[in-house]
Formats: sequence, structure tokens, C-alpha cells
Amino acid sequence: MIRIIAAFFIAFFMLVLPVSAQSSFQDVAQSHFPNIKRGSVKTAPPVIADIQSYGGDVASRFLQNWQSKNIWYRKSDERLVTVQQLENKSYRLFDLETEQAIGEAAKSDIKQVKPNSGLRGLLGSALVASQLISDDLSVRKASLDSLTRNPKPNHLEPLRTAIAKEKNADLKSRMSRLERLLTMQFDTNTQVRVKAIESFTDDLGLDVRARLNPMLNATLKVSQTEPTDQNMARIITPSETGELPIDKAYSMIVSQGWAPASVSKDAKQKALVEHIQESKVGGILVSDLNTLANRETAYTKLADAGLALQNVSEVQIQEALSKVYFYEVYTEQSPEVVKAAKTTLDSINKKVAFSQAIDLFLDGLSLASIFFLAAIGLAITFGVMRVINMAHGEFIMMGAYTGYVVQQFVTNYTLSIIIAIPAAFMVTFAAGVAMERLVIRHLYHRPLETLLATFGVSIALQQLAKNIFGTQARPLTSPDWLGGAWEINDVISISWIRVAIFGLSILFFLMLWFTLNKTRLGLETRAVTQNPRMAASMGINPDKINMLTFGLGSGIAGIAGIAIGLFAKVTSELGSDYIVQSFMTVVVGGVGNIWGTFAGATMIGFLQKGIEWFNPSNTLAAQTFMIIFIIIFIQFRPRGIIALKGRAAGD
Amino acid sequence: MNGPLTKFLLNHPSVLAFLSALALFTVFVTIGSEAFGYGFVSTSFVKTLGKTLCFCLIAIAMDLVWGYCGILSLGHFAFFGLGGYMIGMWLMYERTRLIVVEATQNAQIPMTNQEIQDAIGTQIFGVVGGSEFPAIWIFSHSLWIQLALVVLVPGLLALVFGWLAFRSRVTGVYLSILTQAMTLALALYLFQNDSGLRGNNGLSGLQNLPNLEETPQSVISMWFFWASALALGLGYLIVKLIVESKLGNVIRGIRDDEARVRFLGYNVEIYKLFVFTLTAVIAAIAGALYYPQAGIINPAEIAPIASIYLAVWVAIGGRGRLYGAVIGAAVVSLLSSWFTGGQAPDISLGFYTVKWVDWWLVLLGISFVAVTLYAPKGIGGLFDKFSKGDNQ
Amino acid sequence: MKKLLLATAMTAVSASGAMADIKVGILHSLSGTMAISETTLKDTMLMLIEQQNAKGGINGEKLVPVVVDPASDWPLFAEKARELLTVENVDVIFGNWTSVSRKSVLPVIEELNGLLFYPVQYEGEESSKNVFYTGAAPNQQAIPATDYYLEELGIEKFALLGTDYVYPRTTNKILEQYLKDKGIAQDDIFVNYTPFGHSDWSKIVADVVALGADGKKVGVISTINGDANIGFYKELAAAGVSADDLPVVAFSVGEEELAGLDTTNLVGHLAAWNYFQSAEGEANVEFIKTWKATMGDERVTNDPMEAHYIGFNMWVNAVKEAGTADVDAVREKMYGQKFPNLTGGVAEMLPNHHLAKPVLIGEIQEDGQFDIISQTAEVPGDAWTDFLAESAVLKSDWKDLGCGMYNTETKTCVQIKSNY
Repeated sequence: MIRIIAAFFIAFFMLVLPVSAQSSFQDVAQSHFPNIKRGSVKTAPPVIADIQSYGGDVASRFLQNWQSKNIWYRKSDERLVTVQQLENKSYRLFDLETEQAIGEAAKSDIKQVKPNSGLRGLLGSALVASQLISDDLSVRKASLDSLTRNPKPNHLEPLRTAIAKEKNADLKSRMSRLERLLTMQFDTNTQVRVKAIESFTDDLGLDVRARLNPMLNATLKVSQTEPTDQNMARIITPSETGELPIDKAYSMIVSQGWAPASVSKDAKQKALVEHIQESKVGGILVSDLNTLANRETAYTKLADAGLALQNVSEVQIQEALSKVYFYEVYTEQSPEVVKAAKTTLDSINKKVAFSQAIDLFLDGLSLASIFFLAAIGLAITFGVMRVINMAHGEFIMMGAYTGYVVQQFVTNYTLSIIIAIPAAFMVTFAAGVAMERLVIRHLYHRPLETLLATFGVSIALQQLAKNIFGTQARPLTSPDWLGGAWEINDVISISWIRVAIFGLSILFFLMLWFTLNKTRLGLETRAVTQNPRMAASMGINPDKINMLTFGLGSGIAGIAGIAIGLFAKVTSELGSDYIVQSFMTVVVGGVGNIWGTFAGATMIGFLQKGIEWFNPSNTLAAQTFMIIFIIIFIQFRPRGIIALKGRAAGD
Repeated sequence: MNGPLTKFLLNHPSVLAFLSALALFTVFVTIGSEAFGYGFVSTSFVKTLGKTLCFCLIAIAMDLVWGYCGILSLGHFAFFGLGGYMIGMWLMYERTRLIVVEATQNAQIPMTNQEIQDAIGTQIFGVVGGSEFPAIWIFSHSLWIQLALVVLVPGLLALVFGWLAFRSRVTGVYLSILTQAMTLALALYLFQNDSGLRGNNGLSGLQNLPNLEETPQSVISMWFFWASALALGLGYLIVKLIVESKLGNVIRGIRDDEARVRFLGYNVEIYKLFVFTLTAVIAAIAGALYYPQAGIINPAEIAPIASIYLAVWVAIGGRGRLYGAVIGAAVVSLLSSWFTGGQAPDISLGFYTVKWVDWWLVLLGISFVAVTLYAPKGIGGLFDKFSKGDNQ
Repeated sequence: MKKLLLATAMTAVSASGAMADIKVGILHSLSGTMAISETTLKDTMLMLIEQQNAKGGINGEKLVPVVVDPASDWPLFAEKARELLTVENVDVIFGNWTSVSRKSVLPVIEELNGLLFYPVQYEGEESSKNVFYTGAAPNQQAIPATDYYLEELGIEKFALLGTDYVYPRTTNKILEQYLKDKGIAQDDIFVNYTPFGHSDWSKIVADVVALGADGKKVGVISTINGDANIGFYKELAAAGVSADDLPVVAFSVGEEELAGLDTTNLVGHLAAWNYFQSAEGEANVEFIKTWKATMGDERVTNDPMEAHYIGFNMWVNAVKEAGTADVDAVREKMYGQKFPNLTGGVAEMLPNHHLAKPVLIGEIQEDGQFDIISQTAEVPGDAWTDFLAESAVLKSDWKDLGCGMYNTETKTCVQIKSNY
């Protein structure tokens, strides 16, 4: 019994003592209410420190809740609470410390505390020590993420502790990689740092470069004697076009007090205005001050008379510059570390350059496959049948909208895409057949007029889409397994959807090639396009063949629409974005066979990426130059890259 | 009027009829205008009509190059736009210069020429984040040089492009796509801010003529209307003279069978080049008259779709008959203006209200198809049925 | 042909017959590329007008909307504006979205002394006697967002991505200067422009990610316009770029643009506006309710809609006070006009024709809405930015100085008409 009572007492004291020794946690938190409510990176650190010094579960729980936007306050008395949403849309409030319910409130009576992402990062890094050894794997992962973003020297110790305890192999390897990164940055032992740096020689990671580059940061200095600093990076000579312009260099000397300041143009002008007397300055009429030479003369007079600062001439500036040395000094103190960082970074950068070339190649390949996919339907309708279908773009759009509509009914993204692809094919196949029967059939002998008629169809379809689906872009979402990117390393990566588009284009290419060259339909198609009458007399029904071929070309456009909608957007303008490019792809490649379209798309895609690479800040210029190149290219190869020879080549 | 011309007019009553109709129309609009008449034609409508006349002029050019010579150019709006840009540069520069000079009247120290130039640059290019004059603005201070450039720049572009294209015997559909690529390239180039012509913003405020701030728009709009009517009349006459001459026969021959004309010993390329360049120049003049009435020119104007519309106007009006082109351009562009103006009454079907704003383009599209299928000669073809035309 | 012209002319005349009602012109593109954004604003205006008429109109007069379609064709904006002012004789115009369309309309509005309410955030550097700018000037959107980057997120390197037209160009020019003033080196500012409707973003996203190689924290400031955003965000999501590593703050992406996207992978990226649909407050709840009741449940509200809401109500009150819809009388009454924002607080019309409005920064959430994480007090809109030397000396004050481009150094009015 006594023991029980004793235990009770001990428990009681353990429970009560901390509370009575200092103010309650609620009070501590409440005392920082304005800063917690505002939640700015500037005001938060003392708050966090104060709460952490309170210690215990309640403090770290509060920080966690704060980080994950789970802290609210009651508007009436500004009491900080955590909440739980009830079914009747009101909220149950809980005390921060006891986690006991303290009442209910309507949504309008309480307000959420919303820390911004900068603050959430701060909170995350404050919680690192405790979260890195949490029992919950996801907490440890999140904590490691936040540590990776915002490491401080004092995190090295908790991280090393955590590695020793970590059981999850995957997480452990990430932790030890981060440990090496932090070591090379923060460790106090130079040898250890150098070793850590050298361990990254083969690593292309962005995080590695992000830590190595700052080690080579240098500050610009100026001295009147030859610099002897052993950590010196290099000597710089100022020049008008170089990295250190004359003006800047001279102003450095001026700020050292080694030379008189030069007078700016504005200052001169001001001095002139100030000293206008009887419409003259320095003996020159104000109305004559409309040339720089006259202003200069007037100013020199003013300066000579002591009314303005003496001008500093070019010669004087040059002379002052020639007397001093400009040089850069590494901010990193240890020369060994600088050397190691430099060697490692050089080796990394070489590999990065190689990877970038591959990445550019992949980009080009991806763009080429998009062009190919958009144009391949045209390769059939225009390339094989010689029908200029300006509504081709709208067929692509119809395909994309079909995908959108399917997704409205089938919410499983994977399933909806599987349904959407044949659905889009059928819809656009039907549209193509209908258009062929109603319009194009009557115009086979007037190819240029199909252009006009199908243009009419194009604008009508576009407006119809607007009337039906509205002008807003519609979402077409790819399933999760197509989200994300295939990351080969930190430099080379390509999104899975682009890989899928590439695969799709190859598939279509093979399918079409097979259909046109190895099947009866293909044979008949070629026969009908080359000589319809002869084909008819051989028992082929040209009407049927034309209809089917046109339907096939249109159907493929529909599938292309889904692919394009998945990686870009679904709007009624989607088709018109691709139509001109598609025609150029077919024409550049060479009409009449799908190899040509293949070649055309490849050339245009790579060319555009190549030009973009030269001029990365201006994508428009790349497109312009590409088109100009195409125009010139066609002058020299009017029949495209892969030209048909012989009679089939005739118009 | 001299002898041969009178004779030509007498031999071609349709030309006389067209010119008289145009003259009558001009007089009618003048009588109706706010500035010179009773005011029942509003200034905004005068501007619309003036612009429509410019469209008719470029449609005539299109008819010559496509309807008579068989070159389906999908890029003639590039020349139209370039003409507008050339005159726009002077309008913009001169207006801004006057503003700058006035603003610096009371500066304490007179500005140097360079400073004035910089201030104009800041005014014009400040909008697009620049201040320096690009090299292409070198002549913008001179109205006369810019007027010459209205003809020279598009003319040269057409000459070079045409020479390259015709020399390598690019024909038919290929040529159409190539011309489309040309106008797309030009539009994309001009879209860039660094093109020196204010990128996407283009040149604006062109309706305010320098030194004529006091003249109301109702008067200026009539001037431009007259100028456009005169240009249309002259353009019609010149093109008609060409197509009715021996040259016209060769041109039509090229349309019908290029190879045969070549075998007859004609240098087909030269003829095509001549027609292509001439029509480009006509288009440029139409553009130079159009944009001061529109008030703003920007790259969207020369996007490929504009040139396709041009072909559609001519097709609807009827190819190979010049008045057909005029009718097509006028009807389609005026109808567009009417339907997008919100004045067309909605049609209530009970369960659904047809709003013309939504359905006009659908209707337009379907009518293209219908005209191509059922009336390949266009609206002009209908006239031929009633009157024995003197075409072809 | 002549008959047709005559008929058109006649109808134009009959339509202009004087009526006692107050006419409100609505000049928003209903077709073409800008229809995607502008149609919503037309619907907003029709809703507001209907509401006002239900309350009995203004001073006993009904409001009659006149809707025209400038079809995203910039010259057509000028033509339609002239038509509205001279043929339809409207008393006020609510309209425009793009800067180029505004520049196209300016000369016409100024010539005919019309009144335009322009509801979209824009690049500033303009002040017209005849335009009230109810959208944000750069100092009401771009500058506060950049401050947020610098101070709260500790961004040291900036990628300014924009569509190649005047708003991004000018905004980026201002921001570049502002960042340099704040000590950011030129090398740490990466600028890229893409065409309208751009869809091939993989290389640009990769380039931006690679900016982080020198160890500085990178942030993207996006002035990418319209539906090009969809491809951009999809690529961003595919690249697995987390908002914590590489935040993107957008000035042209609102609820409407996000409706075309799955936002699960974009959570945490930012936008800066003067309004978000998620703002709490009774006025906003009411506004959203009416909007959804009129247009359908899936429709969202956005910033330019609020701008029209404020602009329209201020105009209504000004007309009431003036007792007439006459432009000059209404303009006098507009100065100092106050109206509660939907986000809380009160907007005020300043003598420079801009509003004082709060600036909000929101984080994208999974449901396509924004979580407001920062809200400033009302910021007065500034027509001429203080961060470019040539504009810093300029001031706009139509009430007392009667000048939109007043040089405070030389104490002269540079020009009365606006620059277009």
C-alpha cells in the first residue's frame, strides 16, 4: 500500500513539477502568438528556440503540428489549438498540452495557422535531431529531405548518430551520402574533407556540384603592391569588354581612396544647370549646349573656376589603373580543399558536358517523335493520297477531347487511357470517313480546292469544340506510371510520357510501314494513288480504298491527339498549333512514303533543339531560324529528303 | 484619259461598270459621312468600309496570282503586313518625335541630337523593355523613304523568295506550303521582342497622323477611305490591263499547263516571278493604306491563317474574275464584322438559343465547303450566268 | 453589295437611337486565342449587371449590356471600341485582357473621351485619363512576390521565365533592376522567353534545374501566359521538381488555368494575386455562390473577376453620386471611391487611376485551389515603377495635377495623352 502511495506521489510530482517550475506550454506558445500567426522566417527563429528550450514531447509535437499546418487558433480568445473536423462540418478543438478536447467551434470561428514553405523548412531542420531517429520510416524520410535542403554544421553529429541506428538500407545509403556531403562542407579536419571531396569524383549529382562550386568562390580585391596571398585564385586586368569593366575597377580604386572620383554625366549636367547666369554657363550660351563638346568645354571652365569638381580624364583613369593589381582570393581557407575541389569538379564537369549532350539528344529525339506523331496521319492523307487536309489538326484535337470525355466517365487513369486510345481512333476514323465521303471525294481532281474545303471544316470544327467544351483548357491526366521522369543521372532525364510518345511513334511507323508495304490494303492503296483507273480495272474499288486510307490517316491523328493532350494541353486551338509544322514535316521529308516523314520529323526536331542550344534564352528565334532553314532546304531538295523517283514522283 | 485606255474601257464594259460602281459608292459614303455629309454613316463604319476596300485590293492581287497564274500563295498577307509596318514606322517615329520635342521645350539645357534620339527610343521601345533604335529604323524619320520602302521591302522579299522557289521548280501544293512557311517565319520573327519592331505589341496609335492632331478622325477616316477607293480603282484597272494583254494570255497559259507554255519557248519562271512580285507590291500598298485606318499592326496580322482567309475570300467570290475577288473580300469581311459586332439578333429555338457570336464561324466554315463543292466559280460565277461576262 | 452595305449602315443608325438606359459596353474576346480567359470576364460582367438591375439599376435607370466580340484580333479591339462609343453610345466599357489590346484601344478611348475599366494585372508604365486600372500594377504583384522569395524563402538565384510579349518583358526588366538593387548579381538572373502556347518545356525545365549547380537556392518567377502554363507545369511535375527545392511563383496562373491540370504534383508552388477563390469572408462566399449558380458548379472565380467586381461597383457608386453617367462627372467621383474587397479590407481608387489593394501569395493545393499563406495590407498601385531610373521621376495624378506623366524633377507634364 505504501509503495502504491509512494508510486502515486512520485508519478504526481513527475507530472506536476515541470509545470509548477515554469509556466505551462500553452502560455509559452501563447506568448509568441503574433509571430506564430504571421509565420515569417524573420521572426520565427526565437520562437522555435524558445519552444525547443521548453523541451519534451509537447514541444516537438507542437513544432511538428505547426510544420504540417495542423495548428489553429480560436478567433475569440486567440487560443492556439489543434483541431479535428467533425462530420457536421464543425471542428473539435484540442488543448496543445493535454490533447484533451476543449470544445467545438464552427469553421468561421477558428483560423488555421499557415506557415510558408521557408518556415516549414526551418521547422523541419529544427526537428532533425529528433525526427531522424523517429520510429516512423516516413518521418525519417521527410526529415532527411528537409535536412538535404537546408543543412547546418550542427547537423553533422545527429546525422552520424542516425546512420548508426538506421536499419532501412535504402535510407541508410542516402544518409551516408549526405554525411559525406556534409563532411566535405563542414568537417573541421582538412584531410577528412579532402577525402570526402575526392570520393565524389564520379558523381554527377546536382547536390555535389552545388556544394563543390561554392568552395571555389572567390572575392575580388585590389592592392597597390603585387599580391602574395597564397590562396589567390588569379590576377585580373580590367578592360572595357572583359569581366571587370574599367568603370567598376576605377570605382574600386576610388573607394579605397587612392584616386579622385570621376564626375558622372548627371552630376556635370546638374552643375551646368546650377551655374546658369544670364543664359550663359562658363562663357557659353545655354542654347549652344546642345552638343556634348560644348557642354564639356563649359564644364571644364566651371571646374577651373573652382565652381565644380575637377573632371577625371580617360588618361588619368588608365594611369591610376596601371598602378594597382586586381586579383581574386578564394573564400575557402584551406588550399588543399580548394585544390581537391577543383580537380574533382573538373572531372565531374567533363562528364556533365557529355551527359548534357546526351540529354540534348534525347530532347531532340522526343521533339522529333512528337512532330512525327502529329504528322504521320498527314503522311498518309497528304503524302500518299495527295489530299491537303487542313482539318488534320482538328482531328488531333478531336482525339484529345475524346480522351478528356472518356476520363469523365472512367476515373481510373490507366483504364481510361486504354479505353481512350481505341475510342479516339474510332471517333476520328469515323470523322475522316465522313469527311472523305461528303467533301473530299468530290475534289480529287482539284487538290488545291480540298485545301479550302478542309480549311472550312477546320474552322467549323474548332468553333464547334469551343461551343461544346468551352474555351477553357480541359485536363487530360496521365496515369501514375506515366508520370515522373526516367532519370539516368542528375543531368540526363526524360519524362516517361515522352518515352511513351517515342514508343508510340516507333510503333506507328512500323505498323504503317507494314500496312502499306506488306498487306493487301497497302498494295491496293498504292495502286489507287498511282493510277486509279488502272487499279479499278484490276478489280480494286478505289472508292472504298480511298475511304479506308483516309479514315486510317485520320484515326492515327486521333491517337496522336491523346498523346499530345497528355503532355501538353487540351484546348480547341491544339490542332492549329501543329498543322503548319506537320505539313512542313511531310514536305521536308518527302511526300509519298513514311520514311520521308520519319526523316523530316527527325531533321526538324533535332534542328530546332540544336538551334535552341545555341541561343537558350529565345525559343522563338529557334523556330524562326528553323523555318527559314526549311525554306532554303526545299530550294535545294524540292522533293524532300527522301524523294520518290520516276513516274510516281509526278504531281 | 488617253485614247487606248478609253478604247480598253469601251471594250470591257465590266471594268467601266466596276469603276462606276466604286465611284458611286464613294460618293454615297461621302454624302453619308459625318465629316462631309449628313452623318448617317458613322466614322467607325467609314473605317470599316475603308479597310474593306484595302481587303478588296489585296484580293485582286490574290486573284491575279492564284486565279490567273495558278500560284496558290498562302503568304500574301506577309507583304500586306510588311507594307503596314513600313508606313507604321514613320507614323510612330514622327508622332513620338513631336511629343518628345514638345516635352523638352522647357528643359533647362537644350538636348543634344543624341539625347533627343534616345528619348524617342525610350518612348517607342520603353513599352517592350528597350530604349535603343534598332538599325532597321534608320530611315524612319523620312516619310518619303518609308513610302518607297512600302513598295521596296515586300517587293524585294517577293523577288528573292519567288526567284528561289520558281528557279527550283517548286510548284502546286509545295509552293503553297512554302509560302505559308514564309509568312509563319516572318510572323514568328516579328513576334520576338528583339526583332526591333516592338514584338507582339507591334506599332500602335497609327490612326493619329503626325502634325494633324487637330484634325478629327471623322475627316482623316474619309481621306483614307478616298485613298483606298482610288487605290482599289487603279489596282483593278492595272490588273485588268495586264490580264487582258498578251502577257495575260501567257499567264493564263501557265495556269492551265505550265509545261506546254515552257515548251513554247516562254521563260515561265520570269512570268511567274513578275506576277508574284507585282501582286506582293499591290498587297503591300493595300497594307500601307489599311493599317493607319486600323490603328495598330502587330505580328498576329500576318499569321498563316490570315493568308488562308484571303484565299477563301477569292474562292468564295470566284476566281479568275477580278470583281469576284472584290465581292468575296467585301462580303466575307463585312459579314464577319457584322456577326462579331453583337448586332446580329440571337435566334431562339426554345430549347437552345443560337448566339451568332458562337455559331458564325461554324456557318462560315460550312459555307466554304459548300461553295467549294457546289459553286466552284463562287459568287462571281452566279453573275456570269446572268450576264455574258467578258472574262476568259 | 451596296444594298448589304446600306442595310448594315441603316441598322447601325437605328441601333444608335437614343435611349434613357445606361449602356455598359463589354469588350472581351469571345473567340480566338484569348477567349479562354476573356469569356469568363464577359460572363462576370453580365452577372454583375443583372444583379444591379435586380436592385433597381442606377438612379432608377436600367443597365443595358452591349457585348461585342473583338475575336482576339488586336486591331479589331480599336474598331469595336469606336463602334461601342460612337454607334452604341455606351457610357462605360469594361474590357480587354492583353496589353497589346489595351494599347490598341487607348487612342480611340482618349480621342472619344470614353471610360475603360481594365481588370488584368499589367506591366504599368502607362497612365491614361480614360482608363481605370483595376488589376495589379507591378508593385502590387511582382515586387511583393519577389520580396517573399528573398526574405522568406532565401532565394539567391532567379529564373525569370516568360512568354515573349510586353507584360513579361517589362515586368522582368523591372524585376531585374529590383534584384540588382537588392544585391543579386547579373549572372544569377536567368531570363528566358517562349512563344505563346509553347508546349515543349523539357529543355527549359532541365536548364532551370541545372542552375542550382553552384549551390545557390533557385526560384522561378513565371510570367508564362495562358495555356502554355499547362505544358510547363506538366513538365515540372514530371521532372519531380518539388516546390521546396525549386519554387515557382506565377503571376498569370490562377484558378482558371489550374482547372486544366492535375495539381497533385504541383502542391506548394506559388502564385501572387490580389484575390484567390479560397479567401475567407462573407462577401467572397456570396460572390462564389452566385457565380456557381449562374455558370455551373465546376466554374471557379479568379483575380480579374474580382477586379471587375470592384471596378463595376465603384463605377455604380460614382454614377449614383454624380447623378449622371457622363464620363467627366463620373471620373471626378471615382477618385477616393472605396469598396470592400472580396478578400477583406477596402479597395480605394487613387488619383493615378489605380487601386490600393492587398497582395496575396498562395500555395497550390491538390484541389486546384490556392492556400493563402501571406496577405499584405493594402498596397497603393503605382503607374510608374520606382525601380527604373527613367520612370522613377514620373508620377501620375489626374485629380490635382491633371497629368498622367508628370516629371517630378522638372515639374512638368511630359504628355497628356498616354503612350501607346
